[in-house]
Amino acid sequence: MSEQVHGRQAHEIDVAPGEEEHGSLGSRVLGYSLGLALAILLTATSFFIAGTDLVWQPSIPVAIVVLAIAQMGVHIVFFLHITTGPDNTNNVLALAFGLLIVFLVVGGSIWIMDHLNHNMMPMDQLMQMQR
Amino acid sequence: MSAVEMAHGHADPHHLHPVEHEGPAPKRIVTGFGFWIFLLSDIVMFSCFFATYAVLAGQTNGGPSGAQLFDLKNVAIETALLLLSSFTCGMASIAADLRNFLWFQVSMAVTAVLGAGFLVLEAIEFIDLVERGAGPSRSAFLSSFFSLVGCHGLHVTAGILWLLTMMAQVVAKGFRADIQRRILCFALFWHALDIIWVAVFSVVYLLGSAA
Amino acid sequence: MFGKLTLSAIPFDQPIPLISGGVVVLLVLAVLAWIVIKGHLPYLWSEWITSVDHKRIGVMYMFLALLMLLRGFADALMMRGQQAVALHSNGFLPPEHYNQVFSAHGTIMIFFVAMPFVIGLMNLVVPLQLGVRDVAFPTLNSVGFWLTATGALLVNLSLIVGEFARTGWLPYPPLSELTYSPGVGVDYYLWALQISGIGTLVSGVNLTTTVLKMRTKGMALLRMPIFCWTTLASNLLIIAAFPILTATLAMLILDRYLGFHFFTNDGGGNVMMFMNLIWAWGHPEVYILVLPAFGVYSEVVPTFSGKPLFGYRSMVLATMAICIISFMVWLHHFFTMGAGPEVNAIFGIASMIIAVPTGVKIYNWLFTMYGGRVRFTTPMLWSLGFMVTFILGGLTGVLVAVPPADFLLHNSLFLVAHFHNVIIGGVLFGAFAGYTYWFPKAFGFRLHEGWGKAAFWFWLIGFYVAFMPLYAVGFLGMTRRMQHYDVPEWRPWLLVAGVGAILILIGILCQITQLVVSISRREELRDHTGDPWDGRSLEWATASPPPVFNFAVTPDVTGEDAYWLIKAHAKQQGLEAKAPDYRDIEMPKNSPTGFVSAFFATIMGFALIWHIWWMVIAGFIGAFATFVAFAWRDHDEYVIPAAEVERIDRANIEERRGLVTIAGGA
Repeated sequence: MSEQVHGRQAHEIDVAPGEEEHGSLGSRVLGYSLGLALAILLTATSFFIAGTDLVWQPSIPVAIVVLAIAQMGVHIVFFLHITTGPDNTNNVLALAFGLLIVFLVVGGSIWIMDHLNHNMMPMDQLMQMQR
Repeated sequence: MSAVEMAHGHADPHHLHPVEHEGPAPKRIVTGFGFWIFLLSDIVMFSCFFATYAVLAGQTNGGPSGAQLFDLKNVAIETALLLLSSFTCGMASIAADLRNFLWFQVSMAVTAVLGAGFLVLEAIEFIDLVERGAGPSRSAFLSSFFSLVGCHGLHVTAGILWLLTMMAQVVAKGFRADIQRRILCFALFWHALDIIWVAVFSVVYLLGSAA
Repeated sequence: MFGKLTLSAIPFDQPIPLISGGVVVLLVLAVLAWIVIKGHLPYLWSEWITSVDHKRIGVMYMFLALLMLLRGFADALMMRGQQAVALHSNGFLPPEHYNQVFSAHGTIMIFFVAMPFVIGLMNLVVPLQLGVRDVAFPTLNSVGFWLTATGALLVNLSLIVGEFARTGWLPYPPLSELTYSPGVGVDYYLWALQISGIGTLVSGVNLTTTVLKMRTKGMALLRMPIFCWTTLASNLLIIAAFPILTATLAMLILDRYLGFHFFTNDGGGNVMMFMNLIWAWGHPEVYILVLPAFGVYSEVVPTFSGKPLFGYRSMVLATMAICIISFMVWLHHFFTMGAGPEVNAIFGIASMIIAVPTGVKIYNWLFTMYGGRVRFTTPMLWSLGFMVTFILGGLTGVLVAVPPADFLLHNSLFLVAHFHNVIIGGVLFGAFAGYTYWFPKAFGFRLHEGWGKAAFWFWLIGFYVAFMPLYAVGFLGMTRRMQHYDVPEWRPWLLVAGVGAILILIGILCQITQLVVSISRREELRDHTGDPWDGRSLEWATASPPPVFNFAVTPDVTGEDAYWLIKAHAKQQGLEAKAPDYRDIEMPKNSPTGFVSAFFATIMGFALIWHIWWMVIAGFIGAFATFVAFAWRDHDEYVIPAAEVERIDRANIEERRGLVTIAGGA
């Protein structure tokens, strides 16, 4: 345990997730403010697109998903300070692994269940046949 | 080649790269990274509820659908509250870093109030749905809705309890190193909850209403 | 007042659970009484129960695993016995009971034998191999272990209070829904696994962080022992997969407790979604189990071949490839559910691809042995037995990975034979190899070699005699989980399988004997040097057992097989190395947090099962209070002064040096 303090040199090779490289107070508040502003913009756009007739209707789901992903990116960069610098590599790799799993589970489940639902009789019909 | 010679073969003779590995990381990094890993596992858990929602969203069992039930104005207010609370949480992180007691407590308190506001609105929404006969046992769609949104709400509740505990700990023990690590973890948690909310309001409420 | 719990929960009318449960309860009480009366309780409390030392926790995990192996194996004997006699007959186990037996057998073997065993091995060994003093989160480690023990306790409690699930080791709806399983059995299963699942997740976070963020100076990732790489891969899988189990079981709990409609027949529920989600967890789970076993072989084979591991980098690549691909094959567990040819084909191909990196590993182990001086010690025998057995099991796996073949073999005894083939041949043999290999490190004396070899041979032969007939009878059309049958052709095979089970029983008795004999003859078997096998990695650089701080001075690593290099250096320099720079060492304090939180978790779990709502709240308050008390600690570490470190270390060095000099130099 004590080695943890003595074993590293002055410059750290890694940064904790969520940790911001030290900047001035002003620049840090500005970072959060910018993130907030972007997030508000993206949120407002999402809500607007969901309710409007001005956009080609079939594109709405795609647009909302894209805006959501963009906003998650804003949170990750501006609030969580996860960047692509070399000191953040472990954190990014972990995030990438997590996202891969999410994609496999959600995407895989939707794909599989879609096929299953298409091929198999719905349960309430099956139950009716039992009677 | 002897074992000792092999060892030198691994080393970097020109010292061009940073030192190979300096030893165990400092506690702050270890704790932060461990919590980050836990958060990713929590996100995987949420993704199961998302997947289930996607599969069951159409199964309304003759009952009401999302489009008939969702009040987007309410959702917009909830979103605003949570988003602002992320900002104030960021302020609290900066205050903790600078060891500014007053700003830390004020920011955390505002974060708690905003979070509580979010929960109150959500509770009202849930109660209203149940009273209208659109509770979680009405249909598979509603089961998946209540569990996904409710799971997020439970996490927010736990987060507020954690927040209050951190405020008390700073009062009792000041900005000690282990308290600082916990504040770091709390901030990660709170921001992650807002990220998940982005997915919730987009996929559940906005897409659900457009359908 | 007590929810659904009444006196009728105790199985007075069922002799088998009543008598076996009663015997176990008496045994447990006797052991507890002996501990208290002989005054061992303070020692147990301060040295084991409240310990946050990874070595102690690792040993406790393995102790739990071995104990549960006896319970799970008892279930196996009952099943083999029933199937041996139940031709045109009801046998001695009525269906409601038989169904609980096979459900408990699978649940216990996977969750409370295999998982704790590999987690225990990883806990014991990894910090030592990485050259550090403990895992990243020692107190959390204790919490994880005790929550796992809680799960085991709840499952075993179901034997005497209430009943267990009858739905198999994975509770498929609609059978597991309240309509068709109104009793408490499924609830015992659900809460036991939710609670121990938290424990497992905690381990996953702990070990991943330890491997990635806590290694001694100079130990870059590509210099770690392969066991640490497999630990990383396995724990990444835990982090990724166990949340899926938590979510899915939570959905079933919501269905049963609050009338939700995730997997019900009515209300729009979709039972197939359960199978999809549960296997999205279930397939990574088996890789969580087998990857550490592969890591064990990667340690044992080089050591007992006297050669470095062949193809280190390809081993790393193969390990990480298995890690990733294991998340892309889960549908092969339900080819027959009806997803159709396109979906089945993709997952079938992926399931065949995943065999390739495993093949790479087998070749690497074989090439490690080739040209080496192989010593046929017990761990090596387990490894060789693994290689033959696992290849066979893997081949049958690739066979059922072909969807058309699986349509015939799904849920037959062929499948049962396949997965026992890979789990016993892969995971269990690896666990036994690791147990024998690292036992001296944990306890300071070796296990008796003769009894070890006997155990191996009985297990190996017993396995083949027990499970090869099941392949045959699966081809003859026998379905799994049959309480009785009326096809005479099957019986001879099942009788042979029953004999195999007896042979394995003898193997287990040999292992128990081995332990008893080794303890009583421990001075003869004492490991004085800390390096009984002429090992290659850093755990062998410490005394056996290591001091609480593992290394007096954490080592500086300059290559793979770190300890082998240290020994080579020492030989070159002679044994007159300069004195180490002793410093004060901070170690984490013991803590009752783990045990106490598990205590409250047990209360909550039991109360949730029986619907005793006031007890649930009380348990929750207790757990929360424990958490707050833990969070409020001011002193979580204690200091071992440099002088004390030096004293302990010098004693260890002297003992090692004395023997080396006697042996005429290393």
